[in-house]
Amino acid sequence: MKIIDFMGQRKMALVFSAILLAISIGSLATKQLNWGLDFTGGTLVEVHYSETADLTAIRKTLGAEGYAGAIVVSFGTDKDVLIRLPKGYSDSEGAQLLAGLQRAYSGNVELRRIEFVGPQVGDELREQGGLAMLLALGLVMLYIAFRFQLKFAVGAVVALVHDVLVVLGFFSVTGVEFDLTVLAALLAVIGYSLNDTIVVSDRIRENFRKLRKTDPVEVINISLTETLGRTLVTSLTTMLVLVALAVFGGEMINAFAIALLVGVFIGTYSSIYVAANALLMMGVSKEDLMIPVKEGAEQEDLTP
Amino acid sequence: MLNKYPLWKYLLVLSVLCLGFFYAAPNLYKPDPALQITGENSAQLIDKSTLVRAEKALDEAGIEYFGETIDSDGRNALIRLKNQDKQLPAQAKVSRALGDGFIVALNLAPTTPSWLSDFGAQPVKLGLDLRGGVHFKLEVDVNAAIERRMEYYLNATKRALREARIRGYVNVDDKGRLETKFKSESLREQARTIIAENHPELVLDRVDEEDSWNLYGAMADATRKELADYAVSQNLTTLRNRVNELGVSEPLVQRQGQNRIVVELAGIQDTAEAKRILGKVANLEFRMVAKLEAASSEKQRFEYRSTDRAGMSEWLERELILTGERVTNAQASFDQNGQPNVQISLDSEGGLLMNRATRDNIKRRMGVLFIERKYRTHYERGEDGEEVAVKVPYDEKKLLTAPVIQSALGAQFQITGLDSPLEASELALMLRAGALAAPITFVEERTVGPSLGAENIRLGVKSVQMGLALVVLFMVLYYRVFGIAAVVALSCNLVLMIAFMSMIGATLTLPGIAGIVLTVGMAVDANVLIFSRIREELRNGMSPQMAIHSGFERAVATILDANITTLIVAIILYAVGTGPVKGFAVTLSVGIVTSMFTAILGTRALINLIYGGRRVEKLSIGGGV
Repeated sequence: MKIIDFMGQRKMALVFSAILLAISIGSLATKQLNWGLDFTGGTLVEVHYSETADLTAIRKTLGAEGYAGAIVVSFGTDKDVLIRLPKGYSDSEGAQLLAGLQRAYSGNVELRRIEFVGPQVGDELREQGGLAMLLALGLVMLYIAFRFQLKFAVGAVVALVHDVLVVLGFFSVTGVEFDLTVLAALLAVIGYSLNDTIVVSDRIRENFRKLRKTDPVEVINISLTETLGRTLVTSLTTMLVLVALAVFGGEMINAFAIALLVGVFIGTYSSIYVAANALLMMGVSKEDLMIPVKEGAEQEDLTP
Repeated sequence: MLNKYPLWKYLLVLSVLCLGFFYAAPNLYKPDPALQITGENSAQLIDKSTLVRAEKALDEAGIEYFGETIDSDGRNALIRLKNQDKQLPAQAKVSRALGDGFIVALNLAPTTPSWLSDFGAQPVKLGLDLRGGVHFKLEVDVNAAIERRMEYYLNATKRALREARIRGYVNVDDKGRLETKFKSESLREQARTIIAENHPELVLDRVDEEDSWNLYGAMADATRKELADYAVSQNLTTLRNRVNELGVSEPLVQRQGQNRIVVELAGIQDTAEAKRILGKVANLEFRMVAKLEAASSEKQRFEYRSTDRAGMSEWLERELILTGERVTNAQASFDQNGQPNVQISLDSEGGLLMNRATRDNIKRRMGVLFIERKYRTHYERGEDGEEVAVKVPYDEKKLLTAPVIQSALGAQFQITGLDSPLEASELALMLRAGALAAPITFVEERTVGPSLGAENIRLGVKSVQMGLALVVLFMVLYYRVFGIAAVVALSCNLVLMIAFMSMIGATLTLPGIAGIVLTVGMAVDANVLIFSRIREELRNGMSPQMAIHSGFERAVATILDANITTLIVAIILYAVGTGPVKGFAVTLSVGIVTSMFTAILGTRALINLIYGGRRVEKLSIGGGV
């Protein structure tokens, strides 16, 4: 099998990652995220009209009913309408709004869902989400440091942080709503990307021990080439199901599928270029991975 | 012999799969739309005649039904309907026919055959986003409960110091501590002894000021926490009782975190009605029992609430002494003679009112009324001539007890002469319920209409099918016979996941379905790892049998590492997440565990059956090897 010189491109990959991260962090700092209802608090009403919904008329009705700040958009089809009230309205407002819409429309207005989230809940969620992410990263690092070696753990976590930031950046740049399911997707991305990184690391460790070569760049190239088939196939099957989910799963799950698609894509890239790159930068070597020889055995060798 | 499992391993795989199919099977039976009839209170039993009335109403409306049953204890009746669309009109007709006193709720009755349900096999529970319903999150105002408790300390201390003739200043300061000030150190020490004895849970702290000896009493953290727990659990109990009143099948009332309560009611659409019942305030009124000679314009007649005294009543004065908001605590206990009693504490204002009312009325009786807001349904014709149900609220007032006043009462008194400890604890519960231990507010509310739920299921199933089809296609094309083995294992994995979730009673939600779809994509990873190892070994010149053997052996460690780390993430998701995140975490973790079994053991068994134990020249694994 021809060994692909992955690490020969590592400077370019570094620049590419740096640009991606700069865009992500820049956008997160200036534009932030389009937080969903789960995080901001407020009221959301989804209704289904029996015929094509007239958004202008609905806005007018809502204005007359005293919901001036309401955002009205169609949701999926032109018969489904999503109405969002900013926070400050009470928990009973959703049902009243629905009643108002039903009065103003001669056909049938069917309730799909009403969601009300108090402001304090949203703040807590954001805090919890961040905490969950940090906890996940920390524990994973611990496990890898225990199973492999600290340098691998750092490499894996660098790759994970890279992936999470890029996915967050994607949501910030595109302005796709960031709700609770996206947060779940983000944590799943951590899981997935980790999976990839571990498979690669596992092979790097094996090859360091097996091959008598001392050049880390070459060992890593060989390992990446050997695992490339598997990396691509798994990413492909996962992306196949995610495309199915994005296309057929309906509006409520769309952002979730998008987050995972972006995450799997970037996770595949990062397991090749970010984790391995970080390993090289930390100067990983054969010595790091030698199975420690028992001290007693060594002493025995020394005695004539 | 290489690549042959011992018989027990085949049997193990086979028996796990059989078990999986058995426990997944109930999900194949579609539940029937049904009406569930219960009595408004536990005393109301459902008998044959009730059922006949309900059936008659359905017959008249031309709604088809079948399989009507009454529970063995007579509390529940179930009528199954032929048509889902007729569920709502059927509910309206039946509740109209039965009238007040009965609750008619929508239900989905499982149709699991008894040969499955006898072994505990049940269909997987569906989350609210898949079946429609309301989800409430309530927050208990724990601080209010703590403030009330401080108020109680304040009154008790004032009284105790007065009785001991210790002059001093007593207040609750702005830090929420009990603040007492005395003119001399000896007075403070005497007070300290009394307070420490009465309220050992207070942490006392001496502070000396210029010609003022102060003593501060703060609630210990443990007491504070205990009090908060008490407030939440009391609200929990009250809410459970009220939810039962709604007659929802399988309601969920659960504590979440420190001071939150989650209520989930499937099948309910009218959130206003649900909130009205959940937020209902029961209250108390204390009134004198009217004198015999009192004019009828000054008195009112009330019946006893307890069923033991059904039909008995008392005449009470129209004038109130005080209401339940003044009650800070009520507890059942025993007096020196071992007789059951109920200790009642009022706030300072309440103590004053009680004292004023009782000091000149010793040997008269005082009645305690329990007031509940209830609803009466009557039917009106709307503008379009259609009949609509209108709920009219009214207050039901019933007498709890009417004890004799033995002496002038204050902020603390007791009711004695109760028949049993049980009666005492019931009375204490009712007195406390007068004012909830702490007020509650709605902080989150989600309603999912039934059509959205059904659509979510449809979309979810479709994406699982499409995802599976794509993966199957790819795997078979890319890995040939090995691909088929992987696909069989993957399908078994889906069955095992469903079975496992049904067995542990986990709830399936929309993100949960997304988790299943994701698992389909990721579960083949283990197989991909193994198969690419085998291809590699073949390229390195290994014999087919050796390649299979070492491919499986060497990939296992990698698979374990990769899956354990993902499992760590999934568990964190479950621990920290709420609602949708939890649902996703559950399917993800279940999927990881089952996929390791099917991908490693299941696929190996299949491959062994196909290739094991014979001479093989070439493996059908694709990739030109």
